[in-house]
Amino acid sequence: MTLTGIAEFIASFFGLPGSSSVWIVAVLAAAILLGFMLLTVLILIYVLRKLLGKIQARLGPTRTGPKGIFQTAADALKLLIKEDTIPVKADRRVFIVAPILVFVPAYLVYVVVPFGEGNHFIAKDLNIGLLYIVAVSSINVIGVVLAGWASENKYSLLGGMRSAAQLISYEVPQALAVLGPVMLAESLSMQDIVKAQGEGLFSWFIFRSLPLLGFIVFLVASMAEINHVPFDLPEGESELVAGFNVEYSGMRFAFFMLAEFAASFTICAIAATLFLGGWHSPIRGFLDNGWWTVFWFFLKSSALVCLLMWIRATYPRVRVDQLMEFGWKLMIPLALFNVLVVGLYVALGKGG
Amino acid sequence: MDWHTCSFYVLSVMILGSALMVVSLRNIVHCALFLAFTFMGVAGVFALLHAEFLAAVQVLIYVGAITVLILFAVMLTQKTIGISLKQTNRLAPLAVLSAVTFLCMIAVIALNTTFPTSGQHTVAVSTQTIGSAILGNGSYVVPFEVASILLLAAMVGAIVIARGQDN
Amino acid sequence: MPSDYAYVALFAAIGVAFIIATLVFSWFIRPSDPSPEKLSTYECAEEPVGPAHVQFRVGYYVFALIFVIFDVETVFIYPWAVLLRSFARNGMGMFAFVEMVVFLGILLVGLGYAWRKGVLRWE
Repeated sequence: MTLTGIAEFIASFFGLPGSSSVWIVAVLAAAILLGFMLLTVLILIYVLRKLLGKIQARLGPTRTGPKGIFQTAADALKLLIKEDTIPVKADRRVFIVAPILVFVPAYLVYVVVPFGEGNHFIAKDLNIGLLYIVAVSSINVIGVVLAGWASENKYSLLGGMRSAAQLISYEVPQALAVLGPVMLAESLSMQDIVKAQGEGLFSWFIFRSLPLLGFIVFLVASMAEINHVPFDLPEGESELVAGFNVEYSGMRFAFFMLAEFAASFTICAIAATLFLGGWHSPIRGFLDNGWWTVFWFFLKSSALVCLLMWIRATYPRVRVDQLMEFGWKLMIPLALFNVLVVGLYVALGKGG
Repeated sequence: MDWHTCSFYVLSVMILGSALMVVSLRNIVHCALFLAFTFMGVAGVFALLHAEFLAAVQVLIYVGAITVLILFAVMLTQKTIGISLKQTNRLAPLAVLSAVTFLCMIAVIALNTTFPTSGQHTVAVSTQTIGSAILGNGSYVVPFEVASILLLAAMVGAIVIARGQDN
Repeated sequence: MPSDYAYVALFAAIGVAFIIATLVFSWFIRPSDPSPEKLSTYECAEEPVGPAHVQFRVGYYVFALIFVIFDVETVFIYPWAVLLRSFARNGMGMFAFVEMVVFLGILLVGLGYAWRKGVLRWE
């Protein structure tokens, strides 16, 4: 049963004209992806706590439900019924708009994430898919600055500005690192990029032309983009309390967290799509169709998610000066070097 | 009214409304926020015209970069809250007059022009079209390289000005 | 038939609607008991000293400016990257490649200048 089938059923059930089924499909897709996003965040936070516990030789959550599996659900419920305070001195309107500007871009990225083969497992395969991701995820900088500014709190403003400086510094290497796959696949569409990696393990873009470099630059820059350890300075609790979201409480705070954790899944999904063959099986033609492709996609994305969690448990936080210089003096030159090497490889007509 | 026209009017209202806010609000950060909404509306119009590459660039550069630059500039100019800007001065009537004159002029020109409409379909793959314009033999190669020099000049200029203030 | 970008607009609308719906829902079930202390600005349990809107140093602005320039540059590379292979097929690969090397070379001069002048250093 496909989404179109369900939509046609709904349309006929309510006596709507047949042409409206396209819209019903779109709304259903949007709702499914929203639900998926919330569910991933719930699971991700639980797994993160358990895994961090394991790595640090403790148990993690144990009380809420068997092995504490309802812990994040309980946390979400707590945030929902928590009092929502807006400081008197805050700029109310901007304070309210800022979480929207952070959350909605994180959600919009899901439009082009290819969960599997064909048109059923992607909301819309835009022609400019990858550029769309880069563009949409650049919006949240405004939300971060405005959240910090509107709180009328020194820590918030400082955290917001630092965070924005970090976001913009790592946006450039991130946008440059994805160009390797674009050159090799000749397309910005996510499905085209996956299809260009269908010849098994060694056709994945991580191994083609200049191995590993693009992947590593992308992953590191993306980690900085989502404030992931070791780049979690905006929230450095020892110096900034909690950064730009100090004054936020209850659900408003939850939207910032949701956006951050949702993004930590999407960047893994995008990294898997661009460099690890997306939904393709590692062996050519082996279990490489239908729902199996969804399985491979989630296997790869989850492996990357676990890698990020491992990094989170391992590395200490960098200093702000180290962060900026690392971005501008190492990441951007490396990303440009990668573009030129892959460019030369493609220009010489290799790997085509 | 079909979807296309309808979305065009919705976007136009969004663009014009936000633009009006930008020039009339008294808090400069609010102005910057509405400027971002204006840019998003323009990106929507580009998308509507099938110029999807331009739409993405509009979001990436104008919403994600220029607005941030403006916000940083605002933060640079110290205490911004509580200061209510005056967006007009005593030259306002004159400015209104010249703006209205200009608007009338444009309106007259626009109404008297017959715009040629193309029977062809809109270009679907705009990224490729732009790419071949940049790369293609002799087409826009020189302007493309000159753009790079322009960017270099902008960067050097910015650095010189900023450092001048530091010293 | 709605265009592809109607999907994007729809997603954005549903995202905003979700936020509003959640906040309204939580407004019904959460307590609201404001007090002057609760609504004051957080500053480690001290009375906030002075205005929060401090003046930032020019370094932030310079980073933002260089970022805008590199962002514009990136935008120029995207169409080139998409088309490079088809140019290589027509035997124009090296032409396109050199064109981009020149473009990036000029900008790298700028990055080198910024580096030498010490504006990439965060103090």
